[in-house]
Amino acid sequence: MANSFTRIMSGRNTAVILASIGAGTLVSGYVLSDNTAAAAAAERTRLYPPSADFPDLRKHNNCMAAALTPTIYGRLRDKTTPSNWTLDQCIQTGVDNPGHPFIKTVGMVAGDEESYEVFAELFDPVIKDRHNGYDPRTMKHPTDLDASKITSGMFDERYVLSTRVRTGRSIRGLSLPPACSRSERREVERVVVTALAGLKGDLTGRYYSLGEMSDREQKQLIDEHFLFDKPVSPLLTAAGMARDWPDARGIWHNNEKNFLIWINEEDHTRIISMEKGGNMKRVFERFCRGLKQVEHLIQERGWEFMWNDRLGYILTCPSNLGTGLRAGVHIRLPILSRDPRFKKILDNLRLQKRGTGGVDTAATGDTVDISNLDRLGKSEVDLVQLVIDGVNYLIECEKRLERGQDIKIPSPISPFRK
Amino acid sequence: MPFGNTHNNFKLNYKVEEEYPDLSKHNNHMAKVLTKELYGKLRDKQTPNGFTLDDVIQTGVDNPGHPFIMTVGCVAGDEESYEVFKDLLDPIISDRHNGYKATDKHKTDLNFENLKGGDDLDPAYVLSSRVRTGRSIKGFTLPPHSSRGERRGIEKLSVEALTSLDGEFKGKYYPLKSMTDAEQEQLINDHFLFDKPVSPLLTCAGMARDWPDGRGIWHNDSKTFLVWVNEEDHLRVISMQQGGNMREVFRRFCVGLQKIEEIFKKHNHGFMWNEHLGYILTCPSNLGTGLRGGVHVKLPKLSTHPKFDEILTRLRLQKRGTGGVDTASVGGVFDISNADRLGSSEVAQVQMVVDGVKLMVEMEKKLEKGEAIDSMIPAQK
Repeated sequence: MANSFTRIMSGRNTAVILASIGAGTLVSGYVLSDNTAAAAAAERTRLYPPSADFPDLRKHNNCMAAALTPTIYGRLRDKTTPSNWTLDQCIQTGVDNPGHPFIKTVGMVAGDEESYEVFAELFDPVIKDRHNGYDPRTMKHPTDLDASKITSGMFDERYVLSTRVRTGRSIRGLSLPPACSRSERREVERVVVTALAGLKGDLTGRYYSLGEMSDREQKQLIDEHFLFDKPVSPLLTAAGMARDWPDARGIWHNNEKNFLIWINEEDHTRIISMEKGGNMKRVFERFCRGLKQVEHLIQERGWEFMWNDRLGYILTCPSNLGTGLRAGVHIRLPILSRDPRFKKILDNLRLQKRGTGGVDTAATGDTVDISNLDRLGKSEVDLVQLVIDGVNYLIECEKRLERGQDIKIPSPISPFRK
Repeated sequence: MPFGNTHNNFKLNYKVEEEYPDLSKHNNHMAKVLTKELYGKLRDKQTPNGFTLDDVIQTGVDNPGHPFIMTVGCVAGDEESYEVFKDLLDPIISDRHNGYKATDKHKTDLNFENLKGGDDLDPAYVLSSRVRTGRSIKGFTLPPHSSRGERRGIEKLSVEALTSLDGEFKGKYYPLKSMTDAEQEQLINDHFLFDKPVSPLLTCAGMARDWPDGRGIWHNDSKTFLVWVNEEDHLRVISMQQGGNMREVFRRFCVGLQKIEEIFKKHNHGFMWNEHLGYILTCPSNLGTGLRGGVHVKLPKLSTHPKFDEILTRLRLQKRGTGGVDTASVGGVFDISNADRLGSSEVAQVQMVVDGVKLMVEMEKKLEKGEAIDSMIPAQK
């Protein structure tokens, strides 16, 4: 019975191929040579030019939809990275999630380090849009993990309840979570867990694999707010990041429970340094020290982090490029948070507020999560200092309002280094 | 363009043990069949359209299954999947379809006149009757794999075919993405509208990509014949009406399907079918007839009888709640339909529903009168 396969094969030497597989019926389980697959792919390209596949983005409101034109799509659709990742795979999450009328999501992800190059024609404008006009073609991103440069890093603990710094790191040579195969994901786990086992002193800790965790361990990690769960956000699941869950996913933390690493969630690794109270300098110092030691330990075995001087640290989501750093506090600002000028003050200080449950949660009571808005174009030290100075300013404002004094909106800070 | 896992050859650089999924906590048909050896044997293959073993099994890897419900755990991405991956799919098909062998032939019979009776199910008990099936269009890949261009091609062909129907089949197409609020509300009230899949069984297989692009609903003016385009299969075809005249429902089903198939054939895009697997659909559980013929029937007494499930099994029927698969029954009303799909024809399956429901309504009436039904319990069909 004729089928689509014969139609595709009609341009090829069908007889030879069929004879070589000795097929009485048309198809009976065989390995396709690259030639036949290539012929089929060429046929599909002829039948479905890029214009046939261009997504309908008229109801979409994300950075990818704003940047993707039929021309760009036409040029990039048939390209692949060296590990065969395609543009359609990068943008699937943005096609499937039109976005919110008020929140602009990014709408695309990288499958590997090379995605940012091969699909630069689309990634560059998206990066510009998301990162205040940062141009990866002409600008350089500064990396600085020298915590000794930080000043005034101790907050008034009558206001600041807890302090946290997080970032992500990707292992060069292995595909990112949207694209990785099971073996690559397991390799990431092996590389990172081996390195973490070499940490000493206050960073000594242990690894809990998600798939092998006992119920008791799981409960403990949930109570401590350490456990991450299988992603349910369609932004992540549509990008393929939840595949094969919980295979090769896990959590590592030090015995003191103030240095924590997530493995194979949204990025290869997420690194978190945190503690109760307001000692941002100590949190950042431990963060830098831990990061540098982990980097050293993986380098000993011939691995390194994905990084370049245009985009800084390479992560899955373009929004986390550069430093990938979010430094923040949980802070009580009962009067200031109700002041109509609060948002403008935050904007000018280049800070962002979130609820205490994290991104997209509402603030409960008077406590808000305040952190840096920017990720790319300023170094880690720059951003942490910016958070410190900004939070100190907010505390000053709160104190002034307590005393019935007036407050000033500060001048806007530049998103980039001068 | 293919969805996910395109870099199959790249994965071959890793050893089988490294790539083989951890199925130790899984309970689905795929996990029962896929050994490491079989994985190793099939992992370097792909269909002409680039669908790979990992594409087939991803949904089963991501959804370990329920301890009590056995899901299939794999999907086809195109017609050729059932050939290229037969070493995996044949045992799964056999397991799911009562020992169906790789050499068995499936009989297709859409001649409604071969159905005996079926027009006299008691409407005091049988509230509504419905027959559904799926159809895949040759020359296109299936929902887990289709690109936007293909999906739109399927929609365009389908709309052309459906809008050319006349008489009792004259109707209208409602594309999901340009539906007005009024149209949407009407379709919801008619219980016609399908929504973006939320079941992880479907989303992990990539069937919800690009929603709602290329999806829509067509129905005839009298609202008795309905087609879903590009949901879980290329086409889902449904004939239904209130009351117990299953014969009429089946007649309309057969006539409508044959008319549609004629039009597709004229465009050189007939339905996917072969004499071993019958109609080819995305999920192996729907091979053969892809047919679920059923009724909503009031059986408050019979459903609480200790032998109810036994009776259903013997009649080769299955029960569901009135919300469809995996819902509970409300007010003693059950959805009763055929359990089989592959290995028996459409006529045979609908006959089993007609005969079985007729018998069960008799049993219900007996129980109402306080009489025993033991003598009526049938032998295993």
